[in-house]
Amino acid sequence: MTDTHADYRLSQLDQLEAESIHIFREVAAEFEKPVLMFSGGKDSIVMLRLAEKAFYPAKIPFPVLQVDTGLDFPEVLATRDNWVNRLGVNLVVASIDDAIANGVVVDDGKTSRNRLQIGTLLNAIEENGFTAAFGGGRRDEEKARAKERVYSHRDEFGQWDPKNQRPELWSLYNGRLHAGEHMRIFPISNWTELDVWDYIGREGIEIPQIYFSHQRRVFERDGMLMSETPLNPLRPGEVVEERTVRFRTCGDITLTGCVESTASTVDEIIDEISIATLTERGATRGDDRFSEAAMEDRKKEGYF
Amino acid sequence: MSTVKSTQMDLLRFATAGSVDDGKSTLIGRLLLDSKSIFADQLEAVESTSKSKGYDYTDLALLTDGLRSEREQGITIDVAYRYFATPNRKFIIADTPGHVQYTRNMVTGASTADLGLVLVDARQGLTEQSRRHAVILSLLRVPHLVLAVNKMDLVDYSQEVYDKIHNEFTQFATKLNIPDLEVIPISALAGDNVVNRSENMSWYSGPTLMHHLENVHVASDRDLIDARFPVQYVVRPKSDEFHDYRGYAGMVAGGVLKPGDEVVVLPSGMTSKISKIDLFDKEVTEAFPPMSVTVHLEDDVDVSRGDMIARVKNAPQPSQDIDAMICWMTTTPLKPRQKLAIKHTTRTARALVKDIQYRLDVNTLHRDQETKELGVNEIGRVQLRTTVPLLCDPYSQNRTTGSFILIDEATGVTVGAGMINQAN
Repeated sequence: MTDTHADYRLSQLDQLEAESIHIFREVAAEFEKPVLMFSGGKDSIVMLRLAEKAFYPAKIPFPVLQVDTGLDFPEVLATRDNWVNRLGVNLVVASIDDAIANGVVVDDGKTSRNRLQIGTLLNAIEENGFTAAFGGGRRDEEKARAKERVYSHRDEFGQWDPKNQRPELWSLYNGRLHAGEHMRIFPISNWTELDVWDYIGREGIEIPQIYFSHQRRVFERDGMLMSETPLNPLRPGEVVEERTVRFRTCGDITLTGCVESTASTVDEIIDEISIATLTERGATRGDDRFSEAAMEDRKKEGYF
Repeated sequence: MSTVKSTQMDLLRFATAGSVDDGKSTLIGRLLLDSKSIFADQLEAVESTSKSKGYDYTDLALLTDGLRSEREQGITIDVAYRYFATPNRKFIIADTPGHVQYTRNMVTGASTADLGLVLVDARQGLTEQSRRHAVILSLLRVPHLVLAVNKMDLVDYSQEVYDKIHNEFTQFATKLNIPDLEVIPISALAGDNVVNRSENMSWYSGPTLMHHLENVHVASDRDLIDARFPVQYVVRPKSDEFHDYRGYAGMVAGGVLKPGDEVVVLPSGMTSKISKIDLFDKEVTEAFPPMSVTVHLEDDVDVSRGDMIARVKNAPQPSQDIDAMICWMTTTPLKPRQKLAIKHTTRTARALVKDIQYRLDVNTLHRDQETKELGVNEIGRVQLRTTVPLLCDPYSQNRTTGSFILIDEATGVTVGAGMINQAN
């Protein structure tokens, strides 16, 4: 038996964990068909861990949905498969290539894969009849997210209306939906980047190797270090060189930059981000750089 | 640099109220800046926006106003959540707008807060708005209140000004439920008494705002006496390995649960003993708020979502007649005879509005018994009749088992927030 503290105090990380587990159980109890949106990144891995704890020793009572951009890091897909196999959950893959082939989204050659994810995701939610989709969004990530509810209502077009959100009080969540609508659920809303890392360290759970320091052939683009890959052809003037790097986020390989780092353990990463001066998105996400409201606009359309 | 270990830190949730004019956003910006919670790219974005708007200073309010429409209008509309940490404590700020037309947002932010921070402009003194903020925080039973007297630099750091506001507010607060009050003179813009002690106010011997936030004692705010466990979900693995496993999952809402405790399951009234308490794959000797655990009972009694496990001699009263303070949150007014959905702990039912006893003027505390309806952002005392018994406590005793939300059955929108006075 594990003894709890004599003064009945829970550390803030234990409080966050308890709150997230409460959210998972609430959704499983009240929604007909939930699904967990899994990117393979550290935030969605923390979500999976919390879901595992919420229903243990029963299996997680909902499937996992991944949008296959065709531009995912192979290391991320490997980690995804390990988690899915260990937990015995169903994996639903929605592929952008299939969505393009079936005319669900249109590849005009100008729209980034990141944008095409939106239509692919919404189509997968609609086709499978999912009524609640867990996402790993955190309020500390970005200004538009700071105002998002834990239960974030989406209309029948999958859109978010930031000016018309339901009030959310105490730990009483309102999951009412009309036909065709769905709810995005953000169980780790109140976690910060540091909390996520502390939790990964404490739980000793597997995350993709690209988060740790490694040698990689990279080139500089728009002030970011990008991975050399046939999927992302070099532009004139760009030079490839080998550097010691790691990734702070896991996104589309053509848009996600890495940072120079020698941090090869979770503890070293925690030390590194404790003194970092750039947000994880500002440092390494090309998709958030286009305008001040880039995230708000994508979220309104139905982004994660 | 010492590494902050969030595995050991404790947590303080606080709600801020005030308008841009009171310097609220500047204060939050300063707390984030001085605790090094703002990153260079965020600061750069704010600096460049300030410059492009022609300001000759960096508008820290731009850090907190997240939505495009808010930046356009220059006001905070919705509750925004902010995060920062010092070596011993993590802070979650619910940043709420101060105007009367956003009372519902402030109620939302205050519902989960351990501490409320009300700002006043030292030049203006107490206003109708600051009184209203204190009333709402008191109604929501936020146990700690800080009145930050801001812009002290603009009144020559005058002790007289501070004393006047302090006395006036203390007098007003006697009519409210405010167990702990601290009045701190600050200048958010100049940084006096925010993180660093001011050299301009030697007459003030109290804590700086940050020192107070870091040290205010919140561990005793929870109810550790009255055991309350709303059953959220029944865990039944149906696997070979855990064939007979049947656990009741939920978050402890009050008291301390231990294996061996004699308990009653409500509303059925059946009694049993707690056989064990699981936290993931481990058994624990005790469970207390706000732990999420799985409770097992010795007897095979019928327990499902919406039931509550409590102690045999200390259980909430199941009741269909609820007397509550309600904050109304939608433009169509609340009227007698109206039917709504009600969610209380893990139990959902329907409710009928039997009577609206009075409307509370949150500026003056006057009880208006003439008006028999509640408009948007209004708060009043209401009698409800529910289709099934709710297992409730007074909100003053337990903020979890004493609160509920009202949902419009046609639109599905949350339209009201309720705090139970008593169940009959």
